[in-house]
Amino acid sequence: MDLNILCYLIPALIMFCCGVYGFITRKNMIAILISLELMLNAVDINFVVFNRFLFPGSMEGMFFTLFAIAIAAAETALAIAIIVNIFRAAKNIDVREITKMKF
Amino acid sequence: MDYSQFLAMKQEISLLVVFLLVFFYDTILPKKAQNGIAGFTTLIFGLFTAQSIAYMFCPCSAQDTTAFAGMYVTGPVIMAIKNILNIGVLIVLIQSIKWANGEFMIVRRGEFYELLLVTLFGMYLMISGRHFLIFLIGLESASLPLAAMVAFDKKRYESHEAAVKYLLTAVFSSAIFMMGLSFVYGLAGSLYFTDINLMIFGENSALAVVALAFVIAGIGFKLSLVPFHLWTADVYQGAPTPVTSYLSVISKGATAFAFLVVLIQAFGMFYEEVWQWMLYALIIVTITVGNLFAIRQKNLKRFLAFSSISQAGYIMLGVIAFNATGIASLMYYVLVYIFSNLAAFGVIGAVENATGKVDMDDYNGLSNTNPRLALCMMLAMFSLAGIPPFAGFFSKFFIFAAALQQGSIAIYILVLIALINTIVSLYYYLLVVKAMYIKTEEPCQIPAFRSACSERLGLWISVAGILILGVGAVFYNYLLDLTTSMGLFGSIM
Repeated sequence: MDLNILCYLIPALIMFCCGVYGFITRKNMIAILISLELMLNAVDINFVVFNRFLFPGSMEGMFFTLFAIAIAAAETALAIAIIVNIFRAAKNIDVREITKMKF
Repeated sequence: MDYSQFLAMKQEISLLVVFLLVFFYDTILPKKAQNGIAGFTTLIFGLFTAQSIAYMFCPCSAQDTTAFAGMYVTGPVIMAIKNILNIGVLIVLIQSIKWANGEFMIVRRGEFYELLLVTLFGMYLMISGRHFLIFLIGLESASLPLAAMVAFDKKRYESHEAAVKYLLTAVFSSAIFMMGLSFVYGLAGSLYFTDINLMIFGENSALAVVALAFVIAGIGFKLSLVPFHLWTADVYQGAPTPVTSYLSVISKGATAFAFLVVLIQAFGMFYEEVWQWMLYALIIVTITVGNLFAIRQKNLKRFLAFSSISQAGYIMLGVIAFNATGIASLMYYVLVYIFSNLAAFGVIGAVENATGKVDMDDYNGLSNTNPRLALCMMLAMFSLAGIPPFAGFFSKFFIFAAALQQGSIAIYILVLIALINTIVSLYYYLLVVKAMYIKTEEPCQIPAFRSACSERLGLWISVAGILILGVGAVFYNYLLDLTTSMGLFGSIM
């Protein structure tokens, strides 16, 4: 079976939109973090697919993906640490409760 | 691989040396010596700044150097902007000595300095990078450790709330930015700025416009331009004051310059048709909304957050000018903004360290109890608002002049709107002055206190900067020479 480039790009786009939707609607911070991961992974897929289908001669997209994965891992680690801290301080990780500062 | 190209990154290597010295001081030396780490870092960083500025004037650094197949560029203009940031960081370090020596910071003051130096390193990469991979690594290493720094005040709940708000929006914005980059990569097949500029132009497709919008949105988050500014006030309020001042001047200045480089170098061909208009709308909304929200703030840190949002709009005028004067005036604006904002934050930090008060009502009658701090705050407010003898007037003047040089009627209207907004901003900046000097009927909430030596030194430097840059605008001419002598944008190419 022949898979063309759209078979990869459309799922990636759907993943990205799910991530954006989840980021906006979810109330639990861990769920928000998962949505962010979805968005970042959609970007990774995009890069790999563009590289594989359009520019097979170079490896730039693949390398970018490797770095992007590392950065995403760092972001997750930091976010989890901060969420643990906020759980200790507020006994809650619901974003509706974390609203002391508002304008 | 030719390892000698690392030698092109002289400023980065020096900063790395500073980082390593601080790191080893923190880990190796015994507990008793730890108390000196604040002074030690400030001293070492001061030496580094002096060396870096001296090197800028050495003839051996006069031409542009590239390394890593063009991924990294440095030259006189880039060194100048890095040195401007260095001066700002030095003032932040001096002002934070008192805070860092506090009881609460005992076990973790080393980490504060290490994180700060790492973010500065990231900003260097962001400014020098001419490939989106380097740029992204710089952007992330400039923003992720900052989240940890915002969360530094472990005992205060607001600090955590600010950190989580900052981190989630920062990751969200960088995901959007990277999505834009992936489209750019799909169109151009390369992530070098110059290649993108050449390749994308041929296909002026909808995808290219979407990609550009995503990139602008992603960087706009870091700069807190208006539709993407909602994190700013909360983070500024919750973060410890030294971190807030670092976030508002250094991070913003570096991102503004990097934004300029990206837009001109990678998307310069799109200027006429696309991003001039995107930026046009962003600037109008940013300046207006920033000003209008600043009027109703009661907390001084929130107040300065909204003021910094509208200042970011003015800084963007240097980008939309799209000429060498624009670059020079943007750098000058960042320098002046560093001095004025750090003077304001220095006063706020000193008062907060001594009494814990940050509300504008607490400042009523400050001129009676602490006349020097009040004077310093007044100068900072005058400079931020742009009243003539002070530096802020000239930075605004130069950036307006640079934008007008672009010449189209639309830009004239934009500058007119910016001018009207300057008058609006005068109102709320003067509210602070009014609180300090005119509302003196009731006794002041803040008793007379003597601020620490380091805080006074930081304030002296900032005030000197405001006055010197205001009286003699020679430095602007120097920057203008740098940016024009290289041909149109040659120096940042």
